[in-house]
Amino acid sequence: MYAVHFLIVFCPMSSTLIDAQHLHRYYADTHAVNDVCIELRQGDILGLLGPNGAGKTSCMQMLCGSLAPSSGQITIKQFDLLEQPAQAKRHIGYLPDKPPLYHELTVDEYLNYVARLRKVSKASIAAQRNKSKQQCGLSQHGKKLIGHLSKGYQQRLGIAQAIIHQPDIIILDEPTVGLDPIQIREIRELIGELGALHGIILSTHILPEVQAVCNRVQMIHQGRSLFNKSMQQLRQSNRVLLQLEQPIDVVELEKIPGVDSAQALNQQQYLLDGEQLQDSLAEISRYCVEKNWGLLKIQLQENTLEQIFISLSSGDATTHDEDAA
Amino acid sequence: MIRAIALRELRSLFFSPLAWLILAVVQILLAWKFLSLIELFYQLQPELVKINNAPGVTDLIVAPLFDFSKILLLMIAPLITMRLISEEKQNGTLPLLFSSPLSMTQIVLGKYLGALLFFSLLIIQISLMPLSLLLGTELDMGKFAAALLGQFLTISAFIALGLYLSCLSPQPVTAAVITYGLLIMLWIINIAGNTEAGQTNFFNYISMNQHSLQMLRGIVHTSDIAYFVLFSLLFIVLSIRQLDSQRLQH
Repeated sequence: MYAVHFLIVFCPMSSTLIDAQHLHRYYADTHAVNDVCIELRQGDILGLLGPNGAGKTSCMQMLCGSLAPSSGQITIKQFDLLEQPAQAKRHIGYLPDKPPLYHELTVDEYLNYVARLRKVSKASIAAQRNKSKQQCGLSQHGKKLIGHLSKGYQQRLGIAQAIIHQPDIIILDEPTVGLDPIQIREIRELIGELGALHGIILSTHILPEVQAVCNRVQMIHQGRSLFNKSMQQLRQSNRVLLQLEQPIDVVELEKIPGVDSAQALNQQQYLLDGEQLQDSLAEISRYCVEKNWGLLKIQLQENTLEQIFISLSSGDATTHDEDAA
Repeated sequence: MIRAIALRELRSLFFSPLAWLILAVVQILLAWKFLSLIELFYQLQPELVKINNAPGVTDLIVAPLFDFSKILLLMIAPLITMRLISEEKQNGTLPLLFSSPLSMTQIVLGKYLGALLFFSLLIIQISLMPLSLLLGTELDMGKFAAALLGQFLTISAFIALGLYLSCLSPQPVTAAVITYGLLIMLWIINIAGNTEAGQTNFFNYISMNQHSLQMLRGIVHTSDIAYFVLFSLLFIVLSIRQLDSQRLQH
């Protein structure tokens, strides 16, 4: 166990934990997952985003071996999930959309059982159990029956069972569904903490959640992967909002160096597009002042997930297709 | 791993009232039957003394008692086996087993042994009653052991069939209904065979009752043992395959 721990801490940041290539999954005639590739590296918190029924859950079930893909290959820490399932699954902790709890057991009994299933050595079961209970804020509840826990605590226990064997990969399917705002915040903080040591995939259809905890986003819609970017890339934008005191002809604005096109929103506000605009705000403002246009406001328009999400899932998928991994 | 699953199964059984109720009800029913058998034996005793090579206590009390308990086991087995897999499906705990580093064989064997452990406890409890006769008389321990083996093999076969049907059906109750149907069918199938001379052998061989009756009489045939072992193995293998294919289709 100590050896495993050592590996987790000192693994180079770039090592690939999950490499899933060209996953397909059919349910009868429905093509639920269509050519999705997922890659997870050490230190990643990957958000799988998509409307209900997009295929997120199917993707996660395939990644952790509870659903066989119709075609495609999944490699987990160099182990092929289909050919060496036992070795591959050791590195995975999975929280399904419904926490897999036995309501007649106590928290401690349940965690002991899960630890046995996940091949934690007998000597370290108690220590691992206490550690994951502490991480999930369950230390006071070891003797309680699971059936008597509130939904929020059951969800925490669901996460505790996923991390009890110190897996490199944690897969969480909608971890904050049905929780109150305070619990949601606590769970997000917990995910953030875990993200430092483990690679995490979480699925959600709640946009702020992705913005709050993830550092990479993959969007899935109707079984297809539409979009796969880091949060940093996502925020990068090449659109500037300009507010001027007097109306200006759009043609004049397009003469500003670096601006490819401009459009008027109303008498005062204009949107400028250009490839490197995010770096040239100072130049643009200087230009406006020189021309004496009466610059009132200049602002970089950050992409929000919501814009992308809505534009992608309303059928405008082609624009981002080249980004899909 | 197999042991962890089996013990969890047993533990969950005893945390619900079901296991305790079953143990209690079976004990009460069999105690009643046991007393009436002893009564009968007392009435027959004067007659038996006159007969040469007369049937003893083992034939007149132990064998009928175990014959009766087989019927009870047939009624209880589906109640226990119906939950094995389909309850995990209903509670959404199956993904926990599937995402753990376990093979389907380990999961199925764990479940099977869990149920077998419970019924072993039940059989031990049942056999305590005839063993109490040792205080006052002698038993034919050979016949007793054969009868016990028969009970054990019979229940192993019941569990294997129930486990397979529990893998097949999404709800425990459906599993129970089909298990009842098939077990009773297998139990009485030799009734059909007895009417026509030509078919007797085939239907008798299929019938479970016929094989376990032999052991109650103290006759342990290899063919009877083989019947139960093959029957159990068949349905364990089918369960493994069924569980494996569950990941493929939905």
